[in-house]
Amino acid sequence: MILETLEIDPAQLARRTGWEIKPEGACKGERCVPLPATGDQRTNARVLAGRLGMPLVHDEPSGLWCLGPEFGGRALVDVRAPDLVLPDIDGREFHLRSLRGSKVLLVAWASW
Amino acid sequence: MWQALYQELNPRGLQIVTVALDTGGAEVARPWIEAAKPEHPSLIDQAHLVDELFGIVNVPSGVWIDEDGTIVRPPETAHPAQPNYQNQQIPPGASEREVAQISAVRKLRTDAEAYVAALREWVDRGSASRFALAPEDVLRRSRPRPAGEAQAAAHFELGQHLHRMNRVDDAIHHFQEAYRLQPDNWTYKRQAWQLLEPGQNAMEVYGSDWLTDVQKIGAENYYPPVDW
Repeated sequence: MILETLEIDPAQLARRTGWEIKPEGACKGERCVPLPATGDQRTNARVLAGRLGMPLVHDEPSGLWCLGPEFGGRALVDVRAPDLVLPDIDGREFHLRSLRGSKVLLVAWASW
Repeated sequence: MWQALYQELNPRGLQIVTVALDTGGAEVARPWIEAAKPEHPSLIDQAHLVDELFGIVNVPSGVWIDEDGTIVRPPETAHPAQPNYQNQQIPPGASEREVAQISAVRKLRTDAEAYVAALREWVDRGSASRFALAPEDVLRRSRPRPAGEAQAAAHFELGQHLHRMNRVDDAIHHFQEAYRLQPDNWTYKRQAWQLLEPGQNAMEVYGSDWLTDVQKIGAENYYPPVDW
């Protein structure tokens, strides 16, 4: 997740990573990780990176940061398919969830 | 490429969704999509979200998801048919490099027949199919993500973002870092090689290119065989 400052927008964090900032801490599904009780530390990228086990990488020339995915486990931590939303070539958004009720083969390919 | 299989298996209940992992977005994927004329959803993943979400390190990769939205097979090598490039003949007068390239391509193991047979069985038998894996096996077979690989993902995301901002040299630095931290991630490096400017050479910029890296691991190991 690309960041312009170390202050995280909770809505962007939830959309991108599934982690939600709640009174009890950072939560994803059933799991909650405690955060500092109050103040801007709760949405500080360094604090979150440390607590959630995510890398925080900086690009000095542009001043940008990137909060990477959680490490220590596996790419898949849940067998429920994420609610992927992506556009087609005409920019129309498609929700993977709309195919619920059918078997789905999801294929990743590339032009390269 | 998947359209023929879609025509065969959609009436039996299968949906196919293809996703192009392309930093260049719809414009670079468009010629392929327009030629394939898919009737199934064909999506563009400009930020490579799908690789990160599922742990995909090369394409083509397929993920199976059942009627309830449960993943029953994690990302695996997925070919709907033997690719044409595998029948490529060495033309007379080919350079040493061309010969090496074609020989490597011919050695890739795609095994489309087994993939399609397993897919058909799952489509017809669902959870009773031996190819539908239990949840713990799906998770266990997905890619481990040690600290270095998570860091590689962050560098790759920064690289893509900076490339889109036209900060091409800064982007290269992060693609190099991603490569250093996770050298076997073909998605990262093939994408980075494609983004090079005309006249730039992958070997000079990244100290690697497709042929060199394939020869290092052996072309027969480039697409890991599916463990059925």
